Amino acid sequence: MSYIKPKFHHPLLPKNNLGYTRKDYEGSISTLCAGCGHDSISAAIVEACFALNVEPHKVAKLSGIGCSSKTPAYFLQNSHGFNSVHGRMPSVATGANLANCDLVYLGVSGDGDSASIGMGQFVHVVRRNLNMVYIVMNNGCYGLTKGQDSATADRGSISKGGDATLFEGIDLCSLAIELGATFVAQSFSGDKSQLVPLIEAAMSHRGFALINVLSPCVTFNNNPGSTKSYTYVREHNEALGNIDFVPVGNEITTTYNEGESVQVTMHDGSKLRLNKIDNQWDPQDRLSIISALKTAQQKHEILTGLLYVDKDSVPLHVKLNTTETPLNQLQEDKLCPGNNRLQEINVGLR
Amino acid sequence: MFSSFMSSINDFVVRFANVNGTGSASANLLFAKSIFRMGVPIAPKNIFPSNIQGLPTWYEVRVSEKGYLGRRAGIDLMVSVNPQSMKKDIESVRPGGYFLYDSTKPLHPEFIREDIHYIGVPLMKICNDEYTDPRQKQLFKNIVYVGALAVLLDIEFAVLETLLAEQFKGKEKLVAPNVKALAIGGDYIRKHFTFPLEFKVERRDLVGDSILIDGNSAAGLGAVYGGASVVSWYPITPSTSLVSAFEEYANELRIDEETGKNNFAIVQAEDELAAIGMAIGANWNGARSFTATSGPGVSLMSEFLGLAYYAEIPVVLVDVQRAGPSTGMPTRTQQSDVLSAAYASHGDTKQVLLFPSTPKECFDMMADSFDLAEQLQTPVIMLTDLDLGMNDNMSKPFQWDDSRKYKRGKVLNAEELENVKTTWGRYLDIDGDGVPYRTLPGTHPTSGAYFTRGTSHNEYAAYSEDSDTYVRIMNRLLLKLETAKTLVPKPEFYLSEKQSEIGMVFFGTTTYSACEALDILKSQGITCDAMRLKAFPFNHEVKDFMNRYERIFVVEQNRDAQLRSLLVNELDLHPNKLIKVLNFDGTPITADFISQSILQTLALA
Repeated sequence: MSYIKPKFHHPLLPKNNLGYTRKDYEGSISTLCAGCGHDSISAAIVEACFALNVEPHKVAKLSGIGCSSKTPAYFLQNSHGFNSVHGRMPSVATGANLANCDLVYLGVSGDGDSASIGMGQFVHVVRRNLNMVYIVMNNGCYGLTKGQDSATADRGSISKGGDATLFEGIDLCSLAIELGATFVAQSFSGDKSQLVPLIEAAMSHRGFALINVLSPCVTFNNNPGSTKSYTYVREHNEALGNIDFVPVGNEITTTYNEGESVQVTMHDGSKLRLNKIDNQWDPQDRLSIISALKTAQQKHEILTGLLYVDKDSVPLHVKLNTTETPLNQLQEDKLCPGNNRLQEINVGLR
Repeated sequence: MFSSFMSSINDFVVRFANVNGTGSASANLLFAKSIFRMGVPIAPKNIFPSNIQGLPTWYEVRVSEKGYLGRRAGIDLMVSVNPQSMKKDIESVRPGGYFLYDSTKPLHPEFIREDIHYIGVPLMKICNDEYTDPRQKQLFKNIVYVGALAVLLDIEFAVLETLLAEQFKGKEKLVAPNVKALAIGGDYIRKHFTFPLEFKVERRDLVGDSILIDGNSAAGLGAVYGGASVVSWYPITPSTSLVSAFEEYANELRIDEETGKNNFAIVQAEDELAAIGMAIGANWNGARSFTATSGPGVSLMSEFLGLAYYAEIPVVLVDVQRAGPSTGMPTRTQQSDVLSAAYASHGDTKQVLLFPSTPKECFDMMADSFDLAEQLQTPVIMLTDLDLGMNDNMSKPFQWDDSRKYKRGKVLNAEELENVKTTWGRYLDIDGDGVPYRTLPGTHPTSGAYFTRGTSHNEYAAYSEDSDTYVRIMNRLLLKLETAKTLVPKPEFYLSEKQSEIGMVFFGTTTYSACEALDILKSQGITCDAMRLKAFPFNHEVKDFMNRYERIFVVEQNRDAQLRSLLVNELDLHPNKLIKVLNFDGTPITADFISQSILQTLALA
């Protein structure tokens, strides 16, 4: 069951530029376990949409099946949602996006949904560079069926029952970068200060934006020995640096030392500012992040932050040369060639 | 020694035995089209392997003064240019028939049959003498045999020349060498054989304004006219050419004049699951969208079809059927997806099906399918088959009513949402027809948003495991199916003046041969009333017909009598009164097969 929250709220709640309060971006009450990382991510989505001044009804939220895929009910109540079939959210999002290029497409998936049953669709939505935000709520296990290992569980990670995972874990960020993804970030559900600007940046990116969020499962995968527990992720989290997201028209206020920061201007004019810890890494250099990820893997570190961004990203609609008007708004005059043309075609078939 | 042949005008079958990938297709089409241009009905068929180059391929043209367009067994004239299949090809000529072959090398004695005629034309030698370029030698060999056939069958050379001129428009210098090749072939026959044969072509005015087109191209064009703007697909024989046709027509007809941009989007998906997923996503978001596939694709798409059924999302799917099960015979025809399409997906589902029989119907039903899907908010599956989809069929010409408006169904815009007096519910049946009102993303800032889900839900789209709610929604979906019965095309009847004692039912490409079989039966004094189904769910006209006869022959092209099962199941008919007439060997059913089956059954009764 999902519960409807009361609609009344304090009259002095802060409003964004569009006049919406945070409450306008919330959803129904979560039915996930208390302490679930996914709820923190939902809260970060609400915060990011509020801060970015997104019209709630101009967002379409899509998901597959699993605990993560239930969350779109828990944020953006004024957005249309689509809880599709297991592992197939990318295809539904692709069709929806092709039908109307004017909305923000927010896909939510899990590690089972993306890295196992939906791996095929995940791979192909990346390489098509569909203009969407794709958040993976990654907890290394199948929560809704009581804790089986997922394909992102690291080899050797200990399950609640005490067994070590036998197989190599799939790293979705490395994979996405290999596939030519144009925006790849990694974060932790417990680090809201990092996650919110990453979601804002992803929503401003014109193309496919992956955020792989480590989001511990408090019920089935939060035990000692698990590499997806709160304790483990906190201890091994290696943030690549602070990230500031500066929306269009806002001034840059933070200052960093020369050579330690990178500024990326997004397609919509907003800016990303990153101060870097590792000088070997440049978020616009695909090779440097591949190397950084491999190095971190060897040191059992979890790199978080914006890993890679290609500001020259060419999204699917541009590749397909579709018209600026959303296709779902085209009427008979644009769609139907009419009987005269048809009679000409008939003549050619005799 | 030869069985005597009745001379016949415009009534014979020619088969060409070629090697895949040798350019024979355009020469064979030239032959077929020349007869069509002489005003005589033809039914050409490709019989081809699942192969790109090298394996045997056949092309068969039935010429029929009476306009019978089904396949007819028995080859009157075999044109053999493929040594690989020669033994079998010779065997397939009917006694008294003709075998035209390349006589550059003498025929092996084992290929000599006493009861057929041989026409040796040294195709290879002629081409070696005339042409130097190896590719030309190959290509003109095909044109030389067309020239030979023209003399043998009395086809007008002027018609062939006109067709060549049309074919090479813009490349005029290719016309003369082709015409020359025709003449060489013709001259050889004139010098060495008596001509014309006892069966031949005579100019008529029997095709009227008919067109010649394959069903896949017609459906692709119908989708352009029907307003499809998002197309997702995964290649699979025999449906691939449908999307190719859509793309070609869209590139011609749907480029925005002002901006040069596409008023459509086509995505080749990673698999059939993604193809249907994209089509569902696009329709959910208000764009008309479809995908095309064949049987294996329907299996893969079933889960998504269940979602679209239960979450009530319009979507159009074309299933160009081929011989199953599994990979089956990918390049052979069948009507064996009736049940898997009608009940696609787990749980209780029933899908709307359309059964076109001609290219004109492929065009019309394809365009109509988008109206139906949006009016009913459910998947619509158009079931064609390889025979219709991949062969040129003679058809009535296409027509479009320019005053026609797309029927977009119950979609609330922002203003209508403002005016909703009570609480809007996505799955609330306001009109009592089982079809609720939907909204599209981005319509209104504060109303009309809902959560689409494949989980059980109440009238307000909220998750619910309440049994009463579940049953209520499932029953409303049945009510919607009743509405569908009033919207899908009614069956077509072929009735005798006085009601006959027996009936016949068929659909799709079985129609041509079934109608011919009715004539054969009539010539033997047996009248039979017939019904051609055009859609599922079956409307009351279907039920009335099925109840009217004691015995009904159900003619279809699959092993398990799937249409019969569907009729029995959906209309509560007694199975004993429905008699199976089944052809499932992968070749199109013939009139002789149907009439023989029925005559045998009647004789036993």
